[in-house]
Amino acid sequence: MNKHMVQNALSFTLNGKNARVENPDGRRLSEVLREDLGAKDVKIGCNAGDCGACTVLVDGEPVCACLLFSETAEGAEVQTLSGLYENDAKTQMLSNSFLNHGAAQCGICTPAMMVSATALLRNTPEPSEAEVKDALGGVLCRCTGYRKIIDAVMSASAIAEHGNGHIGQSLRHVDGVHKTTGQIKFGDDVAPSNCLEIVVLRAPFHHASFEFGDLDAYQRDQGLETILTAKDIHGKNAFGVIPGFTDQPVFAEKFARFKGEAVAAVVGVPAILRDLSLKNFPVSWTEKTSYHTSAEAQKDTALQLHDAHPQNIMCRGYVSRGKAHEALKAADVVVSGRFRTSIVEHGYIEPEAGFAKIKDGRLEIHASTQAPVMDLDSLEEILAIDRNRIRILPTAVGGGFGSKLDISVQPFLALAALKTQKPVRICYSREESLQSTTKRHPADIELAIGADASGKICGFVFHGDFDTGAYASWGPTVANRVPVHASGPYAIPNYLAATKGIYTNNPPSGAFRGFGVPQSAVAQESLFDELADVLRMDRLEFRLHNALENGVPTVCGQVFEQGVGIKACLEALRPAWRKECDKAFELNAQEGVIKYGVGLAAGWYGCGNTSLPNPSTIKSGILPDGRIQLHQGAMDIGQGANTVISQIFATVLGIKVEDIQRIGADTDVTPDAGKTSASRQTFVSGNAARLSAEQLRRQITERLNVSFEANLSFESGRILAEDGGGIQALHLDQLPQDKEGFVFRAEGTYDPPTKPLDENGQGHPYAQFGYAAHLAVVAVDIKLGTVKPLKFVAAHDVGQAINPMLVEGQVHGGIAQGLGMALMEEYIAGKTENLHDYLIPTIGDIPAIETHIIEVKDAHGPFGAKGLGEHVLIPTAPALLNAIKDATGVRLYALPATPSRVLEALHAKAVGTEGGI
Amino acid sequence: MALYFPTSLNDALDILRTPDCSIVSGGTDYFPALKRGQGNTVVLSLTKVPELHGLTTAQNGVRFGAGLTWSQMIKADLPPAFNALKLAGKEVGSIQIQNTATLAGNLCNASPAADGVPALLALDSEVELQSAARGTRQITLKDFLKGVRQTDRKADEILTSIFVPHPPKDMRSVFSKLGSRSYLVISICMTAVNIVLDNEGQVCDLRVAVGACSPVAQRLTSLEEEAIGQHWRDIKVREDHLAQLSPIDDVRASAAYRWAAVQEQIQRSVSEVVG
Repeated sequence: MNKHMVQNALSFTLNGKNARVENPDGRRLSEVLREDLGAKDVKIGCNAGDCGACTVLVDGEPVCACLLFSETAEGAEVQTLSGLYENDAKTQMLSNSFLNHGAAQCGICTPAMMVSATALLRNTPEPSEAEVKDALGGVLCRCTGYRKIIDAVMSASAIAEHGNGHIGQSLRHVDGVHKTTGQIKFGDDVAPSNCLEIVVLRAPFHHASFEFGDLDAYQRDQGLETILTAKDIHGKNAFGVIPGFTDQPVFAEKFARFKGEAVAAVVGVPAILRDLSLKNFPVSWTEKTSYHTSAEAQKDTALQLHDAHPQNIMCRGYVSRGKAHEALKAADVVVSGRFRTSIVEHGYIEPEAGFAKIKDGRLEIHASTQAPVMDLDSLEEILAIDRNRIRILPTAVGGGFGSKLDISVQPFLALAALKTQKPVRICYSREESLQSTTKRHPADIELAIGADASGKICGFVFHGDFDTGAYASWGPTVANRVPVHASGPYAIPNYLAATKGIYTNNPPSGAFRGFGVPQSAVAQESLFDELADVLRMDRLEFRLHNALENGVPTVCGQVFEQGVGIKACLEALRPAWRKECDKAFELNAQEGVIKYGVGLAAGWYGCGNTSLPNPSTIKSGILPDGRIQLHQGAMDIGQGANTVISQIFATVLGIKVEDIQRIGADTDVTPDAGKTSASRQTFVSGNAARLSAEQLRRQITERLNVSFEANLSFESGRILAEDGGGIQALHLDQLPQDKEGFVFRAEGTYDPPTKPLDENGQGHPYAQFGYAAHLAVVAVDIKLGTVKPLKFVAAHDVGQAINPMLVEGQVHGGIAQGLGMALMEEYIAGKTENLHDYLIPTIGDIPAIETHIIEVKDAHGPFGAKGLGEHVLIPTAPALLNAIKDATGVRLYALPATPSRVLEALHAKAVGTEGGI
Repeated sequence: MALYFPTSLNDALDILRTPDCSIVSGGTDYFPALKRGQGNTVVLSLTKVPELHGLTTAQNGVRFGAGLTWSQMIKADLPPAFNALKLAGKEVGSIQIQNTATLAGNLCNASPAADGVPALLALDSEVELQSAARGTRQITLKDFLKGVRQTDRKADEILTSIFVPHPPKDMRSVFSKLGSRSYLVISICMTAVNIVLDNEGQVCDLRVAVGACSPVAQRLTSLEEEAIGQHWRDIKVREDHLAQLSPIDDVRASAAYRWAAVQEQIQRSVSEVVG
């Protein structure tokens, strides 16, 4: 019946060319564009219209291609970024403007932002900020904090400079144009069409035992290529990131400990998997009691989730200096509080995805990752094959923020490729990504701080339980890092900080920008305001009064003789603090339901691993034709490692950044530059790049017998060196080449000098800290409990800004994530498994941000530079909470400060029951 | 899966005789709910049915075709009584969603937090349903919406249009939506207020509709009736006016919060619509 109404073929115009699709079959337009027509510049972030990444123009109007039957495009004109870039001057102008503002970081949302902006500019050539927000409000970005995107669309004057790109210059992202044209390939963009796909079967309960039925029959009946379970793992069915804590199975065996845990995977051709619901998969479940808070899981009656971990205590962390309890007793004033933070999702717009194949008997994994060599380490153990038989070729990373340090899709890809000997691909649905990948540890914190009458802090006692979920992941790192950092960047002579990592049935908590420090900063910076108020001291001056200085020991007893920049950060905020406080006071003098408040908070963060080796190696070389190659294995996840490391290298060698040929990352080719985490790439890999360039320069200048500082220029086939002694030329084709074809070759390795911590946490955990202070201005509606951030002023001590535009980009993005953590983000397993119930900030939520770059040089950093990536969100949440308190007199102890919670706290204050969580 | 794109209403109604046939309009609720391998087997898309397109103004009212998207409605020339509906339209997801989603789909999906319902209730809207077997029938929107994800639509019926009787010429309206962020957000609570005042500021007609605080959005009739003849400044929203609401605790807000917030929201909306 009605055969004529079923469309067996489809034709429309795609980017000005005729496109024909056989058997559209009710598939989404986004799928047809990507898979049938190769338009990989259309990104899939959620398949639900929640993220807007798949925005295309249909007959000139922006729509989410994931929400349309492809058949509805019949006869229409469909335009994607790549086509618009080719044909529309407005899109080309936007590309230029995005690059000039650093408005594309990871680049996964960039196509949708640019397509939406093109549609806006066609009708409104000079849009207002409000018009830009309305036009881009449907596209989520997790990296940029949106402000640079607004500037780019409004054609604000360019930040980027055109020059040789040496340090201190706001060079455009060196890989930026691949992002603004939609060419860059992410995890799901690299597989050939029609290759086998993998779908993971996941636990439907938070805690359950299970048994499989007849898998062979299911495989046969459904026409699957194969089914993978724990039985297919020849090595160790466990992974993790911390030695001694590799406790997470690739496939659960007998028990699943969290909802969404992988228990099996099916592999098959796309046409079969599309219609496979897995509803009848032969598995039977027996649900068990589950625990979702640290307190529940530690009860004596709670089931033990892992052997050898009674009361579900995974590990402990401890730092003690002086006599903290005694100091509190002797203090003139003491404040205390209990705080709770939520599970926070990383919320990158690119779900975990990748592709694998067997090439010349070796396994190749192309996937989105922050840590290619760690992926290799894990696969070697899981697969029990020689690591030389595995090659990791990372794709571009559409946002990571810590979660893509852990393996996700990699073992499934590897097992499927090895078992089938065929190319395979996988892309997590948003639901799977939310359910199964790591989160920020929710924290339960008790803190008491005492001060003497002069306002000097004398004692500090901190206890924190960090819920690591079902598996350890980076939980031990969090448990260790927090006690080192919980003091904030202050001098505290008597200090005790004890933490526990607790197993629960929540999804694993892992690394997320700050490794627990943003949570502890919420407690510490909130109580600093309380303490300043009790002491009747100005909140900024109180912080300055207690701020750490050169020559003053940290809570770990580490004394920095140089480089402590917190006072400079706080002082940079003083003019804004005075001005904004006065303004809020005036506004609050008027009657009304809107109350204005200003909040401050500071933060610090040790760059690199805590008291552990943490080397990076950067290789470089000169080819006979004069080309300069930089083997750069430090993953750029949008933050700009490719740019910053190139800038450092170019500065030392004395060349233009544009003359560098960048290679990698590729575990066959690029040496290990470590993981992109712990704010270490600029500091550690930057130093390795510096050393690599220095070695190269030394070899060349020695060869030419000129001074080390000689001006070098690289021409076709020769190097010219000029110093006081004149110009020397070196012809490269006469030099011997090594097996990689280099005539000069250098490898620089840097490992930050640290010392172990003793049983009281005393030692030298980090070679350098970076410092930060934020000021937030908010308007709180006291009848609705809504909090509207109006402005941020952020001061960041980065030692030396290698690229000021990229520094601002990090600051903006960190503030947006900190704002989300403070005001709206709360992952609840089983309830918020999509991006309309789990809310991250949109373009409408981020106010103007004023960035002050402070440069207190560090002796260990390259050119004095310090790390930055994590510092940027540590002060944000407490600054907002302090602003809410300033506005309303009400302190929030539990995050996020949703309208519901804020109003509840306001009511509690009105009846005199405030202060609890 | 069999997916049909009929190009006439008769064909559409004919296909709808097929058992377990689902109707998809804009698709913005259909696709997000889709699970792998669990798509409906028979799907009827209304996007190519010309009879359902457009907006027509007749002697007695305005008719929105079931295929009318939010963007098309927002751009249409409509009197101030429709401002609440337009404001609601601008709060539907994002521009991308507004360009695809239809008003009729919003009604048939019957979410308690459907953005379009309060404003359409405040306009005393009706819907027209048509089936091959029984022809057409009209029903008020209030009677059409039966509960969470429940409507009075029979399996063989298509909601062909939304009819809004001409509102009084001097009726003004406003819509307010409260969520935890800007854009792309599901309401915690929302309110549409339509009002007609005489020259002295006395209320001649008041319609207050509240969404996301009960299984189906509600008109607050006791508040509306009590206000008639009062000066608008004297309208005071009390708890007892909200008696027919039954807000719940969910991930967006607590029930207690919704009680408090919606009362405030209505009070402010009354001031705003006049101001």
